[in-house]
Amino acid sequence: MIEVEIISGRTIDQGKTVEEKLSDAYFKAVSYCEINEEDFRKLGLKDGDRVKVKTEFGEVVVFARVGEVPKGVVFIPMGPYANQVIADDTDGTGMPRFKGVRGTVEKTDESVKSVKELLGVE
Amino acid sequence: MAYAICTFCGNVCDDVEFDVNTQKGKKLCALGLAKFREKERIKSPMVDGKEVSYEEAIEKAVEILVSAKKPLLYGWASTVNEAIRYGVLLTEKVRGVYDQCASVCHAPGTLAVIEEGIPGGSLGAVKNRADMVIFWGSNPLEAHPRHPTRYSVMAKGFLIKNRKDRKVVVVDVRKTKSASMADKFIQIRPGYDYAIISALRALAKGEDIEADEVGGVPKEELAELAEEMKSAKYGVIFYGLGVTQSRGRDRNVENAVKLIQLLNRYTRWIIWPMRGHYNVVGAGEVPAWEVGYQYGIDFSRGYPRFSPAEFSAVEMLLRRDCDAMLVVSSDPAAHFPRKAVEHMKKIPVIQIDPFPNMTTLLSNVVIPSAVAGIEAEGNVYRMDGIVLRVKKLVDSQYWSDEKILHEMLKIVEEKLEG
Ligand code: SF4
Repeated sequence: MIEVEIISGRTIDQGKTVEEKLSDAYFKAVSYCEINEEDFRKLGLKDGDRVKVKTEFGEVVVFARVGEVPKGVVFIPMGPYANQVIADDTDGTGMPRFKGVRGTVEKTDESVKSVKELLGVE
Repeated sequence: MAYAICTFCGNVCDDVEFDVNTQKGKKLCALGLAKFREKERIKSPMVDGKEVSYEEAIEKAVEILVSAKKPLLYGWASTVNEAIRYGVLLTEKVRGVYDQCASVCHAPGTLAVIEEGIPGGSLGAVKNRADMVIFWGSNPLEAHPRHPTRYSVMAKGFLIKNRKDRKVVVVDVRKTKSASMADKFIQIRPGYDYAIISALRALAKGEDIEADEVGGVPKEELAELAEEMKSAKYGVIFYGLGVTQSRGRDRNVENAVKLIQLLNRYTRWIIWPMRGHYNVVGAGEVPAWEVGYQYGIDFSRGYPRFSPAEFSAVEMLLRRDCDAMLVVSSDPAAHFPRKAVEHMKKIPVIQIDPFPNMTTLLSNVVIPSAVAGIEAEGNVYRMDGIVLRVKKLVDSQYWSDEKILHEMLKIVEEKLEG
């Protein structure tokens, strides 16, 4: 397990599939987490592995991959997976903190939920 | 091939072409092509999962809105001004709360503008004049792919003859795709935008700062950036959600505006938000010209009141303060924090949207609509406030948002009067 700061944001694939949220392509575009190469190795991860990301606001299982992020920072594309763990406090602005939330990342055998399972509806 | 105007991102590119029969386009970026391409649609209006007519769905939707104590009417960034206008009037009639996508996007910038104003300019001015462009917490190559070529990086203009006439800087917490097109990439630690902007203000004024580094950036690098900014002829900061969605939020933007005001004592600088959806500016401008505010507007007392701490959608949902929700051209079930979505599952939700999404999965009433810019026309605001009229390329069986909302408004009026 490592301590991280979580950020979320747009990607091209998220944008391309944003009007097809119930599709496999959207699922692939938003259900992963980019981790710094050194952290990735430290967690004993290989391609296709899953990680559990936890913050005081919730937890989520996503696919892990190496990305261009600094050590100690992980990136999850904006969307339902990131939103399980980002900060919902708005400090009176109405804006949740979608970027820069402290949490932890650990390797897991649990599977990644579909968007429907995530939402908890049929 | 028909001339079209792209209705995906805030660039609202007005030079594109698309052929609905062959599904081929010209000049569209990957996001624009995905937008115009045919995809799965909500097939029919539905009430509790049962297919019904438009009239029946609208009747049910009105019943929900009229009998709710405090309905929340949310979304609006991906439709045209004409539809938004009916939405504002509808919110007023049902004494609900109007909020729009900016409240989880660029609204902190609106708060900053209330405090400080905004030294801004059009994208045309940037294209023609800007010799220094800073993307701060914004990633145009993934969010507004043609922004660099049309306006801000490779674009040639009146005073800018080629790419070399322009210095491009990217400031971000991670090395984004956009960092690769910059002359300089400055990597900062998450949440340090405010501190770095303060340091730049001090350095631009000629003052020293005590720290050797701020937010992971060495003092020398900041001093060099401040100097370059002062010596530019026409500079622009295009800021993105990296600034508005991280620690500091509205205060980050306010501090950046103050930096720009300072730079304007030496040279010409502007600052502008990289607005996301093609008409998210309209979702704020239309209520502003109708009732005076851009978002987070409560009509429960019969007159408009603005307070993001109380009336923004996320706050309303977290406090379980609304007892029904109308969602227009948006997907809060996918884009709101988990806890806010929990309340959406407990109240009646009405959705108006062309495409099935996560909000569809928890909506009681679903009303499919025509895609603006392809199946319906109307006016929209480009990210810099320029109004463009998006085109209708093809007839469709779907009603436009404008028609659906106009019908809803008429029936609400009848019900309230009767
Ligand atoms: S840059 Fe934006 S508006 Fe232009 S074609 Fe791409 S998605 Fe459409």
